[in-house]
Amino acid sequence: MVDNSKFFNSEVTAPVFGHSSIGQNDADLTTQHQGEPQGERIIITGKITDDVNRPVSDALVEIWQTNAAGRYIHKADTHEAPLDPNFSGGGRTLTNAEGIYQFTTIKPGAYPWGNHTNAWRPAHIHFSLFGHTFLSRLITQMYFPGDPLLKFDPILQSVKNPKARDQLVATWDSSITKTGWALGYKFDIVLRGPNQTCRED
Amino acid sequence: MPKPTSSQTIGPFFAYCLTSSEYGYTLVADNSLKSPSGKKIKISGKVYDGEKKPVPDAMLEIWQADPEGTFLAPQSEKHQSFMGFARAGTGEDGSFLFNTVKPGSLKPIRGLPQAPHINLHVFARGLIDHLTTRIYFSDEAHTYKDPLISLISDKNRKQTLIAEFQEEQAGCAVYTFNINLQGADETVFLRW
Ligand SMILES: [Fe+2]
Repeated sequence: MVDNSKFFNSEVTAPVFGHSSIGQNDADLTTQHQGEPQGERIIITGKITDDVNRPVSDALVEIWQTNAAGRYIHKADTHEAPLDPNFSGGGRTLTNAEGIYQFTTIKPGAYPWGNHTNAWRPAHIHFSLFGHTFLSRLITQMYFPGDPLLKFDPILQSVKNPKARDQLVATWDSSITKTGWALGYKFDIVLRGPNQTCRED
Repeated sequence: MPKPTSSQTIGPFFAYCLTSSEYGYTLVADNSLKSPSGKKIKISGKVYDGEKKPVPDAMLEIWQADPEGTFLAPQSEKHQSFMGFARAGTGEDGSFLFNTVKPGSLKPIRGLPQAPHINLHVFARGLIDHLTTRIYFSDEAHTYKDPLISLISDKNRKQTLIAEFQEEQAGCAVYTFNINLQGADETVFLRW
């Protein structure tokens, strides 16, 4: 690794995606097909800020996840769980002027993987984010509170700082939960800035 | 100040969302950039792991200035056809291809001329955080005078950031740029 912080300047610019990048049903993963997907309907919303606490507006947020049974539509996923013809599991949206994004989706399922004996990934949603610099780029995963698998998951546990791990777990929020319709979760994200002195982990 | 959210691996299952021309999403997955002006170029290569095995499910993202050396604001008219950003997944054999245009020289930084370059992020399963580097060009006069290239003392290490000109193909300059995630030939990655 070479420390280039003195000479960054192309890296402190970043692509900005317009509304033309976003399709009509991209932020609602439950309406991308003819029928409704199986599973527990959820709303995920949160605020994207930078390292000095400013909201990141017009940020492209992309998510991908399994269906309720824990199966990705990705052709390399061989988990023996059913595909859902009414669920693809990919979404995208832009943050608004206050840095807020929101998705409607269904709760993903846990899935087994070969990491260790009887290893299961806790339910999670993959998040991809662009900030206002190329160095703010972030890909991460969001987890659900109270999941017994969290403490056994080597991917979540790769984050050594317990507070930083907690940041990856969404909180259930009654003000986001819609009566008779969907559970609501809050997941805020802080993007790195060019002034970040060191990267986590 | 708030602590930045930690990075987590991209994993193996991102393609249907992020690089998904075959799943019906083309905008940022489309690695062919259009530009009304400028020299058309192709940059191709392979991504290798520490054991020199090709990585079949890596994702690369490039970000670059236009041929005049400008990073385009979305309001600009040129931005409609050329954004400066592209994304590509690697194939079974670890290979990738970007069709783009040669970026222009950027303004000097601290009085030092900057050679044309493309910014690059590399994501792959097994990387907790992605890797960041730059692609320079072997046929650009300023490449070896560039401030970043000058920071690297070892000649072979410098070479890991330089796309090698191969040939001219129907008005398009073809370059090779391989990426080694680890090992003796590891690409120089940037930290800050
Ligand atoms: Fe996953």
